[in-house]
Amino acid sequence: MTLILEVSDLNKSFGAVIAAQDINVTVHEHEVIGIIGANGAGKTTFINMVTGYLKPTSGQIKFAGRSIVGLKPRDITVLGIARSFQVPQVFASETVFDNLLMVYAIVEESGLGLLAPLYNDQRAERVDAHLIRYKIADYRDANASALPQGIRKLLDIAMAAACKPTLLMLDEPTSGISIDEKFELMDVIMEALRQDKTTVLFIEHDMEIVERYVSRVLAFYQGRIICDAPVAEAMVNPDVREFVIGEEFHRTRTQNDNGAGENNA
Amino acid sequence: MRSKYIDNTVIGLSIAFVVLIFADFFMAEWVRFIGLQSLARGAVALGLLILWRSGLVSFGHALYFGFGAYAAAMMTLIGYRDAFLLVFVGTAVAGILAFLLGFLLRRYRGIFFALLNLAFSMILYGVIVKTEALGSTDGFSVLTPTFLGYAPKGEAVQTTLFLFTLAFTYIITIGAHLYLKTTLGGMSMAVRENEIRVEYLGYSAERIIHVKYVFSGLVAGFGGAIMAMAIGQVDPDSMANWTVSGEFVFITILSGIGNVAATFIGALVFDLIRTYAFEYAPQFWQFILGGSLLAIIMFLPEGIWSLVARLRRPQKAPSP
Ligand SMILES: Nc1ncnc2c1ncn2[C@@H]1O[C@H](COP(=O)(O)OP(=O)(O)OP(=O)(O)O)[C@@H](O)[C@H]1O
Ligand SMILES: [Mg+2]
Repeated sequence: MTLILEVSDLNKSFGAVIAAQDINVTVHEHEVIGIIGANGAGKTTFINMVTGYLKPTSGQIKFAGRSIVGLKPRDITVLGIARSFQVPQVFASETVFDNLLMVYAIVEESGLGLLAPLYNDQRAERVDAHLIRYKIADYRDANASALPQGIRKLLDIAMAAACKPTLLMLDEPTSGISIDEKFELMDVIMEALRQDKTTVLFIEHDMEIVERYVSRVLAFYQGRIICDAPVAEAMVNPDVREFVIGEEFHRTRTQNDNGAGENNA
Repeated sequence: MRSKYIDNTVIGLSIAFVVLIFADFFMAEWVRFIGLQSLARGAVALGLLILWRSGLVSFGHALYFGFGAYAAAMMTLIGYRDAFLLVFVGTAVAGILAFLLGFLLRRYRGIFFALLNLAFSMILYGVIVKTEALGSTDGFSVLTPTFLGYAPKGEAVQTTLFLFTLAFTYIITIGAHLYLKTTLGGMSMAVRENEIRVEYLGYSAERIIHVKYVFSGLVAGFGGAIMAMAIGQVDPDSMANWTVSGEFVFITILSGIGNVAATFIGALVFDLIRTYAFEYAPQFWQFILGGSLLAIIMFLPEGIWSLVARLRRPQKAPSP
């Protein structure tokens, strides 16, 4: 398998807070990786650094063989890494269809092509096909601000996937969604991404979801990766059990997974 | 089947264009004068509409309006008086200024963007007021324009200028309308709604804003050059003062941002209100202007255009 992402000795601190410490990770094409870790463990920070939103304090990030440290999110997106957000980032006052029409137009056009009409029938067909694959076609003409949380999450992910990335990073795709809807949502996403042969890295708090969809787990604890192993192995790792699953267990019981007040990018 | 470029707005604008060409020969002089001013101010408001759609309001577009007006007027100081040249110079210098300042302004949003524009416009105002050679606060008069060698006399000057302005405004407005339907034009919405998402789609939100800003500078410069020729005089208070910027914002609110045609209707209504208020209640004209703005905001928050949109709505198929 081809190596696509290579992160070495990555560090990030916000003043006294160390959000990433000596992170070393490699990702191969077509892998599906789950990132686990308690609140504040540094999971989102990791995605923010790989996608160029935050500059690491030190360390190297290579994508498809070239260093991407210091590049802007837009440059990295063009190179082939897309992401979704813990709090969905959509065009709230527009319909679901118009959200994706805009996404397709931006992704497909460049240079003088930007001066061609935004709408054309062929593009509309591609958008509609995309809506069907992500099972949001029923909400085609609904305003993005009026969507149920789960559909808004799907829309956010569908917008990222429309960039046709090599690597897609999903930040808590199932947060804020009821237990019974979680699997349905993940089935839709993972099936579509499997067809596109997209490499996926997603953050998840629910161990059942992790066990069902991923082949490999990265466990974060206080900015460090304490375990990088196949999923079955990770689930029985003593550190993971103590510092991640233990806390997750308490967390689920206290029901504080409301996603509010979190940094959204 | 209709072409994808021809829609109701294009048809409506074209009809208005043809009607106004004929009307030009029958209009009373004062009506034509108001019409000219409305076209000039409407052009500036067109630029503000495009910025507004991206979520940005400028309180300083008198900067480009005044810059365009003075640039055109200064051409006549050195002996050039061809209307095409004057409009070209006024539009171009304002566009270049917007391009340069755009590198700074594209980094600001909301109130900072609005007031930074105001600050720059006050600098221009200050420079003009302090420059004796440009007549300081009195300004100076602009030579009667010629049109590619044709030098009209008397009423024919305004008649020709009106046709000239009408033709350019028509092209600009159709251009702006078609532009808004392109991907680049549509990105206004994307920038207004979510810049983070735009960046994560691989495009620079700041670059989008910069493009729109330059457009707004170009059309404001155009409006200024036309105004200088229409009035035959430039002075800082009616070309570059902050109250002039305020008028443009006023017109944009009055018009609404629903359609490019609205800005000219808004500009016309503005000029009519002002003219009549000034004539019949000289002590209260500002009061009347303020009152009408208040009424618009309270009863037609989406501007005059919402009246047109309201008329259209019943034609839509009823929902099941
Ligand atoms: N922009 C920032 N400025 C200052 N501190 C930050 C910033 N972003 C993150 N942090 C801090 O870095 C640490 C890691 O945060 P991060 O958002 O990566 O956690 P996370 O693992 O995604 O947690 P969660 O599960 O709650 O989303 C936290 O202590 C957080 O407070
Ligand atoms: Mg997070």
